This record gives sequence, C-alpha cells and structure tokens, in this order.
Amino acid sequence: MAISRDDVEKVAKLGRLMLTGEELERMTGEMQRILAYVDQLSQAETDGVEPIAHPADVHTVLRDDQVSESLARDQALATAPRHSGEGYLVPAVLGD
Amino acid sequence: MELLSLSAIEQRQALEAGDVSAEALTRAHVEHIAATDAGVGAFLRFDGDNAVDQATKIDARRAAGESLGALAGVPVAVKDVLCDANGETTCASKMLAGFRPPYDSTVVAQLKAAGAVLIGRTNMDEFAMGGSTENSAFQPTRNPWDTSLSPGGSSGGAAACVSAGMAPLSIGTDTGGSIRQPAAFCGVVGVKPTYGRVSRFGLVAFASSLDQAGPLARNTGDAALLLSVIAGHDPHDATSLSPLAGNDAPEDFTAELEKPLDGLRIGVVDEHFGEGLDAEVDSAVRAAIDVYKSLGAEVVPISLPHSRFAVACYYVIAPSEASSNLSRYDGVHYGYRTDEAAMRGELEAERKAAAEGDASDIDPTLVRLYRQSRSEAFGPEVKRRIMLGAYALSAGYYDAYYLKAAKVRRLIRDDFTAAFEKCDLIVGPTAPSAAPPLGKFEDDPLGMYLLDLYTVSANLAGLPAMSLPCGQTAAGLPIGLQVMAPQREEARMLRGARMYEAVTDWSARRPPIAEAQG
Repeated sequence: MAISRDDVEKVAKLGRLMLTGEELERMTGEMQRILAYVDQLSQAETDGVEPIAHPADVHTVLRDDQVSESLARDQALATAPRHSGEGYLVPAVLGD
Repeated sequence: MELLSLSAIEQRQALEAGDVSAEALTRAHVEHIAATDAGVGAFLRFDGDNAVDQATKIDARRAAGESLGALAGVPVAVKDVLCDANGETTCASKMLAGFRPPYDSTVVAQLKAAGAVLIGRTNMDEFAMGGSTENSAFQPTRNPWDTSLSPGGSSGGAAACVSAGMAPLSIGTDTGGSIRQPAAFCGVVGVKPTYGRVSRFGLVAFASSLDQAGPLARNTGDAALLLSVIAGHDPHDATSLSPLAGNDAPEDFTAELEKPLDGLRIGVVDEHFGEGLDAEVDSAVRAAIDVYKSLGAEVVPISLPHSRFAVACYYVIAPSEASSNLSRYDGVHYGYRTDEAAMRGELEAERKAAAEGDASDIDPTLVRLYRQSRSEAFGPEVKRRIMLGAYALSAGYYDAYYLKAAKVRRLIRDDFTAAFEKCDLIVGPTAPSAAPPLGKFEDDPLGMYLLDLYTVSANLAGLPAMSLPCGQTAAGLPIGLQVMAPQREEARMLRGARMYEAVTDWSARRPPIAEAQG
C-alpha cells in the first residue's frame, strides 16, 4: 500500500518537521518511489532469524564507578541559542 | 623539491632529514590551495596563517630535540564532521553554522598528538547524507579530474583535496560508502576500517551502528600510516574495539605492508558483476583480478545471496538511526533557532483563526519552535532521511521495515562469514560507474542511493573495506577497486591492496590540477 499525502503529513509531525504544501507533494512522490524499492525486503526469508542492531556482537561492558571530569555547565550552555547562564531557555510550556 | 607530489611518508622523511621545514611544506600546500581551490571547492574553511603557525611550532619543537609524533609537520585535512575545539564544526549544515564544539573528537586529538598540521576543514554532504557533496548547505565540491563532475560523497571534499594535491592525507567518514565511493571517483585510496576500530567520540552522529572514520591518501602506505595514528580503543566510545587479549600494543599497519600475502585467495562475488555495472568499470575490475592471478593468487568464486537486499536494508536502517540521532537538533541545545517573535505571531494568528473551530491540530509553542527551527535549517536530503526513518520506526510499520531490515542485516553479515571461510579477501568494483555529472541526481534520490550498491554491505556487516585506483575510463576518469576483509583484518586488507598497487601505476596518476603552480 503506497504512502499517502496524509501519512506523510503525520510522519512530518513525528519527525518534528513542517513541510509546505509543495514540499509535501514532492516528499510523497519521493517516499513512494523509495519505499517501493525498499519493499523488496519482504522477499527475504527471515523466519526464525534473530535481528541485529549492531555489526559486532556487543556485550555490556562494565567499568569502575569512578568520578571523572565532565563538561562544565558554562561550556555546555555556550553553544545554546538562548540560555540564562543556568539553563536552556525555551518558550513557556505551562499554560500554553 | 616537488613538495606537493611527495607522499606523506616521503614528506615525513624529508622533514626528519631536515631537507625541508614544516613551515615550507605547509606554505607550499597553502599556496596551492589558495591558487586552485576556488575551482574545486574542497574546503569549507581553511586558514593558511593558522596552518603555518602550527608548522612553525613543530619546527621549533624539532629544533629543540623533542620527540615528535608520527605525523609531525605533515598537513592533514579533516572532514567538517569531526569536532575540533579550535574552530567551527558545521557538518555542512545551516543547522550547525557557527557551532564551536567545546571539545576535540578523539580522532582530532590523536592527529594533534601526532603533530599533524591541521590544514583545513573539508566539504561534505550535509550531515554526511548523500553521495555527491551537492547536499552541502554551503557549496558544491567539484571533481579535480573534470570540474563538471561530482567528486562523489559524502566525503567529497576529503577525496578532492587529496587528489588535487592540496593535502597528502585527509580524514573522511563512511556510513554507507562515503569514504570509498569518493576515493574511487577522485582516483585516491580510501579506507573504511572495521566498525569500532576508530573512535566515534566527537564524530557528529549520522547512523551510529554504521558510522566509521578513516583515512584518504594517495597510496596504501600513506593510508596505513594515517590509520595507525587514528586507530585504537577509546574509553569515551563504548562501541570502540577492545584490544585482543594479550595484545595492548597499538597496531602499526605500515609494519608488514610490503610483505605479500602467501597463498592469497581472492573471493570474487558473482552478484557484483550483474545488472547496473558500467562496462568500463567491469573490464577494469576484471583486469585487476587478472593481476592478482598473475601474482599467484587463487581466485575463488563466491556468492553473497542476500547482497541484493543490501541497499534496501541500508535505506531502512540508516534513516532510522538518523531520525533518532538528529532529534537532538531542536533549536534549544545548540545550532539554529527560528525567529521566536515572528513564530509566536504566526501561531497566535493560527489560534485566533481556529478559535471557532477545531484547534487541536495546532502545535503547542515549544513543538512549533522545534518544527520550525528544524525545517528552516535542514536541507532536502536530511529531511528525506528523517522522514523515512520516522516512518520506518512508527507504530504499525516498525515490524515491516525496521525489524525486517535488522533481520536481513544478520543474513547479510552471515553471508560474509561463510564467504570468508573460502577466501581471504573479497575484490570487486567500488561503485557501479565512474564519477557522474554534477546535478545528475537532483530529482532522483533513489538513483543516488543505488550508487551505494557495492559499499553498504561492509557497513551493515561492520567489515573493513577500501577503495584503490584500478583503471581509467576512455574519458580519463578514475575507476576504483574495492577490497574487503573480515573484521579486524585491516592489516591483511592493506597488504593485499599493496600487492596490486606495487605492480600497477594507477595510484600514481594525478589530475592536471595537482601539478598547477600558484
């Protein structure tokens, strides 16, 4: 089933993007073509195959719980578009 | 002395012997960049004075008899995706224009410790998404062999600057072929190491289970040298490879490079020579396989039955990881933020207009800030990847896309495990064609994705893989040979590549612009 313009609009919200009408139109066509190609995955026989999320067999690695230096607050905040010197500033959330 | 045509290893020897100063060597490169890069666009930022300053410091340290690192005084260019606290890191995105990282990536820190002269920051597809370097928000890069053509991507600037003689070495990153494909298109050597071989700390993330930084150089010896500098376990990267038991010494990939591999078995994949492969590339690669035969290698036909699904698998997994990684760009923590006052005005108007009807569809203010900041600062290809990833991970589609792709990924990896029981290295084409014209894929993103046909499998399986020059088309464009090895077998891969390089002269060929004098 091909992805519809409405679906694309919903996905844009999930992805925190805003697309203009023209962009939506174009994105719908492009995603339809790309997904039609990707759909060939359904031909692969994967019954009983364990998925992998990673190329190596990763095991949880434990290290000693030692305090070490980390990024200072002013250094981290220096890269923010708006900050108070103590935290990041955003538009009011409560009562919005 | 023709400084610009010397290899990095020769430059190092000349520096050590006192035949040239780091300052003179750096000045020669700076002048060449100033004279030629306007026509290529390899660098996003380059500061000649700063580079010369780094070089004079190395000269002073050498004069004082200090012990210097493996790259002392040798110019190295870095793709603008690896954080360097001494300046901006933009990922060629409007989102990160002006972003000054508070720390060095481990790769940059290793280069500094080795005494490299960091000569500039190279152009790329925005956030490393693309295969032509045309997705840079700031400028396209042109192919030094023919400036109407793309250099490939996403490490297009990294490959072009080495090809054009602007630096002997550069660092690229490879998520689905982004070092190897531009290396093939620009006629240089490019190495994607084993996943985890090189630290990803401070490498701005695109797809975390696939990303890997690696060297671009004009020959395998130089690539081995640079890889030796940047490889190694990093406690800051939980996915970085641990040393094998009982072997804590850093690996030196140059040590046995000139030693041919005894009884080498070259795997040739049936599926690599099918539909979509350009005839000139096909014959150049077959000729390279004949060279291996003449060197005494046994050629073993092998099959990778799931490789036909590799591009489809990759274009689910990479965008899924990208949509997750790029959620950090929210207009709050760093980077671009929309004009907040204007945004509030528009939102107020929307709410008023909807006052009588249903207003449930209108964003809360903070959500609008995220959406508008992201939409104004990301380019079309980045938006496409975020959309594909958000879709593949969304409720109702996760099983059919992400989970299915993760299962196919295992099958692709298992194919390689079985193949490497029959052969030591796999050899084939790096890309299905030579460099395409700029603009060719502007309206055809899927067409661009299919250029990754031969390269994405190594990322999905975590294998080391490299490209080296193996021929030219009738039009004089470079063709790349891909060599792949099992995980952790970079030394074997580089030695195998060197066997071919030592008896052919394709790596020695340079575009005319590399000889141009300022």
